[in-house]
Amino acid sequence: MCATRPNPVLTALAATLAVFLFDPSAPASAKEMRVTISNFTFEPQTTTIARGETVRFVNSDDMVHVVVATDGSFRSEALDTGDSFTAAFTKPGSFTYFCGLHPFMKGTIVVK
Amino acid sequence: MGKDRENGTAPGLTRRHALECMVWAGTGVLWTVSGGVPRSLNLLDAAEAAEISQGATTFLQISDSHIGFDKEKQVTAVDTLTEAIDKVKALSVKPAFMIHTGDITHLSKNGEFDDAARIIGSTGLDVAYVPGEHDLIDPGQGKAYLARYGKGTLGAGWHAFDHGGVHFIGLVNVVDLKAGGLGNLGAEQLAWLKKDLEGRSASTPIVVFAHIPLWSVYPKWGWGTDDAAQALALLKRFGSVTVLNGHIHQIVQKVEGNMTFHTARSTAFPQPRPGTAEKPGPMIVPADQLRSMLGLTSVDFTVGKERLAITDTTLA
Repeated sequence: MCATRPNPVLTALAATLAVFLFDPSAPASAKEMRVTISNFTFEPQTTTIARGETVRFVNSDDMVHVVVATDGSFRSEALDTGDSFTAAFTKPGSFTYFCGLHPFMKGTIVVK
Repeated sequence: MGKDRENGTAPGLTRRHALECMVWAGTGVLWTVSGGVPRSLNLLDAAEAAEISQGATTFLQISDSHIGFDKEKQVTAVDTLTEAIDKVKALSVKPAFMIHTGDITHLSKNGEFDDAARIIGSTGLDVAYVPGEHDLIDPGQGKAYLARYGKGTLGAGWHAFDHGGVHFIGLVNVVDLKAGGLGNLGAEQLAWLKKDLEGRSASTPIVVFAHIPLWSVYPKWGWGTDDAAQALALLKRFGSVTVLNGHIHQIVQKVEGNMTFHTARSTAFPQPRPGTAEKPGPMIVPADQLRSMLGLTSVDFTVGKERLAITDTTLA
């Protein structure tokens, strides 16, 4: 019977936790680095992360881009303005990637 | 482009009008094939166009319609393609057919392909397509394009046909692009091209059309094709070769020996002149200027004459 009505204190607490956990500006336990696509450029050009971390590619350009790993290990769908794509890196090494539509756009992820 | 305008200068055309024309350069290209080499005409110069068109076959090139592009404030790519197609319908000389040199859509979405097919189809003209890179970014990486336009083509959509004594070849140079590279034809397509040209008389006028320019317009922005030289070598023995491209959303023309290279305007949005901006992104311009930077191309050809006549028209 009491389960049908959510406890307001618990709800508020859950909401706070949710904001804390998913606020993209807050440091999360599984670290996510950001690469911004702007004016036909990946920024930063080289991103260094630790094993197991992820990279989110965010397209803030007014053109469509596609993020493609040079070794073929990942490929985003078409990213229009505001779209993003996340790739996880579990092995150490240096991974180059480029834009499948504008291949002169290149970047590197270094996994320590 | 400057050359086109000079050729098109007619008595009575004031400097002011000439400048307006230049601003408007961007809708499409009307091509006249007279004896194998194309010539660009100013569509406003109707008398000259009519003269050229006597006994000639005309086909029309449209390019880079980018249906789905929504960054211009006042008009959509659907609006400007519709305006371009209205210009086609209003042409005094009905073209025999059209070619579309790719980037039909912006995001390869079904609805975008549907809109393009509906608008372009309203001309009732046959259309020969080649894909741009924006037409192959569906989850199937080109399956959506081939499902619509792949019939009678090989590989990623390359094909050839004859019309009025001219041999037309549609090439695909937007597949399997390499990091740091330019447009790419690939070994399989080049082998097919070699076979297609074998045994063909050198006097056959050839029209090649592909999305990305087949010569180096501005490699820094990807405006060229890495293995185009191999294709051009196969075409070298022909007396008249016309190469029509899109991708760069502006007119650039070059004549080299028996080969004429010409890029068409987009019907959707202009891009900067090579090197005049940091990057090749879309130019968002005021609505009253936009139409002067979009356009169509028309080509007339008369077998036995020396040149194809190319006419570029803006949407203004």
